[in-house]
Amino acid sequence: MSDFKEMLAAHSISRRSFLKYCSAMGALLAVPAAMTPRIAAAIEGDDRPPVIWMEFQSCTGDTESLLRANRPSVGELILDHLSLDYHETIMAAAGHQAEASKHATAEKFKGKYICIIEGSIPTGADGVYCTVAGETAVDIVKKIGTDAGLIIAVGSCSSYGGLPAAYPNPTGAVGVSELLPGKTVINLPGCPMNVDNLTGTIVHYLTFGSAPAMDRFGRPLFAYGKRIHDNCERRSHFDAGQYVENWGDHGHREGWCLYKMGCKGPASFHNCPTLRWNEGVSWPVMAGHGCVGCSEPGFFDTMMPMYGRLPNVPGFGVESSALKIGGTIVAASAAVFATHGAVTMTRNWKQVKEAKAETREIIKETTDAEE
Amino acid sequence: MANKIVVDPITRIEGHLRIEATIENGVITDAWSSATMFRGVETILKDRDPRDAWYYTQRFCGVCTTVHSLASIRAVEDALNIQVPFNAEMIRNLIMGIQNIQDHMIHFYHLHALDWVDVVSALSADPKKTAALQQSISPWKYSSENYFQGVQNRVGAFVKTGKLGPFTNGYWGHAAMKLPAEANLMAVAHYLEALHIQKEIIKIQAILGSKNPHPQTFLVGGMSIPVDPNSQNAINADKIAQIRQYIVMAKEFVEQVYIPDVLAVAPFYLDWAGIGGGHKNYLSYGDFPEGRSGYPNDFWMPAGVIMNGDLTNVMPVDQQKITEYVTHSWYEYSGGDAVGKHPYEGETNWKYTGPKPPYEFLDTDNKYSWVKSPRYDDKPMEVGPLSRMLVAYASGHKEVTDTVDLVLGKLGVGPEVLFSTLGRTAARAVETLIMVNKMSDWLDALVANIKTGDYAIHNNEKWDPSTWPANARGYGFHEAPRGALGHWVVIDNKNIRNYQAVVPTTWNASPRDPAGVRGQYEESLIGTPIADPERPLEILRTMHSFDPCMACAVHLYDEGGKLVSKAKIL
Repeated sequence: MSDFKEMLAAHSISRRSFLKYCSAMGALLAVPAAMTPRIAAAIEGDDRPPVIWMEFQSCTGDTESLLRANRPSVGELILDHLSLDYHETIMAAAGHQAEASKHATAEKFKGKYICIIEGSIPTGADGVYCTVAGETAVDIVKKIGTDAGLIIAVGSCSSYGGLPAAYPNPTGAVGVSELLPGKTVINLPGCPMNVDNLTGTIVHYLTFGSAPAMDRFGRPLFAYGKRIHDNCERRSHFDAGQYVENWGDHGHREGWCLYKMGCKGPASFHNCPTLRWNEGVSWPVMAGHGCVGCSEPGFFDTMMPMYGRLPNVPGFGVESSALKIGGTIVAASAAVFATHGAVTMTRNWKQVKEAKAETREIIKETTDAEE
Repeated sequence: MANKIVVDPITRIEGHLRIEATIENGVITDAWSSATMFRGVETILKDRDPRDAWYYTQRFCGVCTTVHSLASIRAVEDALNIQVPFNAEMIRNLIMGIQNIQDHMIHFYHLHALDWVDVVSALSADPKKTAALQQSISPWKYSSENYFQGVQNRVGAFVKTGKLGPFTNGYWGHAAMKLPAEANLMAVAHYLEALHIQKEIIKIQAILGSKNPHPQTFLVGGMSIPVDPNSQNAINADKIAQIRQYIVMAKEFVEQVYIPDVLAVAPFYLDWAGIGGGHKNYLSYGDFPEGRSGYPNDFWMPAGVIMNGDLTNVMPVDQQKITEYVTHSWYEYSGGDAVGKHPYEGETNWKYTGPKPPYEFLDTDNKYSWVKSPRYDDKPMEVGPLSRMLVAYASGHKEVTDTVDLVLGKLGVGPEVLFSTLGRTAARAVETLIMVNKMSDWLDALVANIKTGDYAIHNNEKWDPSTWPANARGYGFHEAPRGALGHWVVIDNKNIRNYQAVVPTTWNASPRDPAGVRGQYEESLIGTPIADPERPLEILRTMHSFDPCMACAVHLYDEGGKLVSKAKIL
């Protein structure tokens, strides 16, 4: 422990920063449950659980992500594993026939069905900013969500408010968990969510009969337990001080670190680097664009501007000690997200600004000490 | 006596659409189209970095997931007078092209097909006859009796569970379903095959742009995927080979499955060539720049305006003729709602005045939608594949005229049938076919350019905001899968002052204008026969022929609102 204290001192990380960092990290250290042969048994059972998938303030990106499912594929999901009784983008029925299907499932399988929600829910002006069949999204979520056996929020909007909740949040958009206090909501943020994390969550539920272990922001540890920066294929370039300086320059073509181009990987928890997208084809950093931090609770406001450095340390350059800088970023960003990660949910721009100011303060504190 | 019906939600579309319609003597006599969801993304964009705008606007829609990024970066590039490198233009064409192909494929098989195909009827098909049917229409590899028996068994086992999932309460056995059982079984097989193909071919976007949906690869001034044949971290020979493989896969499916299916199904539904035409005004902005001078020059797909179905007169597009009205939309104009505003000068104050939820009917005499009413030269327009194909056809575009004439010839009909629900669906298929054959040209052009030693993918000259003028404004157009898309941006002191998007579904789904003229969805429904008002399948057919995308359509523009200026963080 004393070695660790020395290390903290060497990196000029204040006790205040460190405690905040620990509180953020505590929940993330649990080992994800191992996937066992029981999984196969569960998904092959013919007792397909009913699913009600609802879209509110969404762009349908998470549904499109569902269509890219591979293990199992969306065809297998629909025919063999789930009973997708309500999904507006996919279902054959429309209008009151569609509504009848939703209500029949909610009644017949009360307390048992899986409720998946895509898009944020507008609470402003008594909910008039989103209605389905003349009913507000708020009322529908309260009704269908309350009686569900499992609730999954897919994408950043339904998890934390996402884009519609970005300042000035014109419609009072919130994530699902805010409307269902006391209910367990599994958040699968990402813009969109990576479908492999949804199938992983469902398979976990079918296999073990419970929700997977989650962090303090309701994200499953098996998918969001590690920082992007720590698993990044370009980490060695960061450590070696090799950075992309301009789009298309030698470093960009050679796959160097995108930190200076605004990459938010050091502040983001998601399994993009290991899981990748579209069956492992690629992910943003691999294709030459920085991470934007889309799976974090404060997204968009705490992560933008997209090409601004995180943090924008004055005088930061390739000659600086990468290890020191790395440690600083980790401590500062984790600290802020620990205390203010959910600021967007409060729809309070003042708090967003405070969170950002505090990040700068911590960074300044630590970099000043270094100098 | 008139009977008013409501279809809400209209399913198998993107987003939240509600149709109210009156029916007399089994025919629709009036209709109202309403978007029932609002987010206010353009207000959120205010005061942000214009270089970030593409990322926000991309989230207008996750189905046509590239189109608002492209329109956005083009608008900012127009404002700042930036020309992008040739490599980046070709990469954009490839990304746009595969977006169109994949989007149209999903639309036909997964959003539209269940309007025409009876899944339950497929269970009574003879697999041997289905195999014979398949073999008679194309050389497609999955055509054996065993194969169709397998598909039928799988669907049969599914139906036997009694839990029909997404097929619950479908329009099975409806009087308007006309296909023989064997054609239904073949279509169900292709529904499942297309689910697989679409996720494969869209990997082109993952290779070029990191992921799909929402590729993260767009930059004001170019693209962020590096090009270098001697690097493993850039577009190289291996990645080009992968892209080519997916183009071949797409081409094979479109030529051997999609097009033969349209040609096989259409003869059973030729009555729909006389239904759903609407106003017959068509608008295309043109797209796919091919020359060295870049966007907006040398378009492969031409721009043009056609009025009243007159194919002898294609007029040039003038963006100054675009206005938006809010007479029947839940917004207010300061100078009164009767006057339309051009996107640069427009304003929006959102104000819901509809009935308090839960409600049974909207107040259609007054405001009834979150979609505004765009008009071109004060006329409602249709945009989308049909508009593009008609403008190209009437302009003598060779690939389009050849393909359209081929399809019309096979069906034994003239071009006038294109102004219809069936015409819209056929035009989308025609476009997919010519697009899938065009993709390799753009890939070849990219390869040839790389061969010259040009690896540029980004123009850095104006990347740093300190190089920008104090004030700038610009617009960017794009022909998205669903049609003509325009973004307008006003930049003040490095930040967005105003942002406006007039998107394809805004054109098509608009409510009435001050003169009471219906939007194109509404007009297209007039005269549609409804066999069973309790199961209004016919409304879905015409609505789906447009491929609605509602999240895109609802947007707003805020002129001079009092937003607190945001501190630049970090």
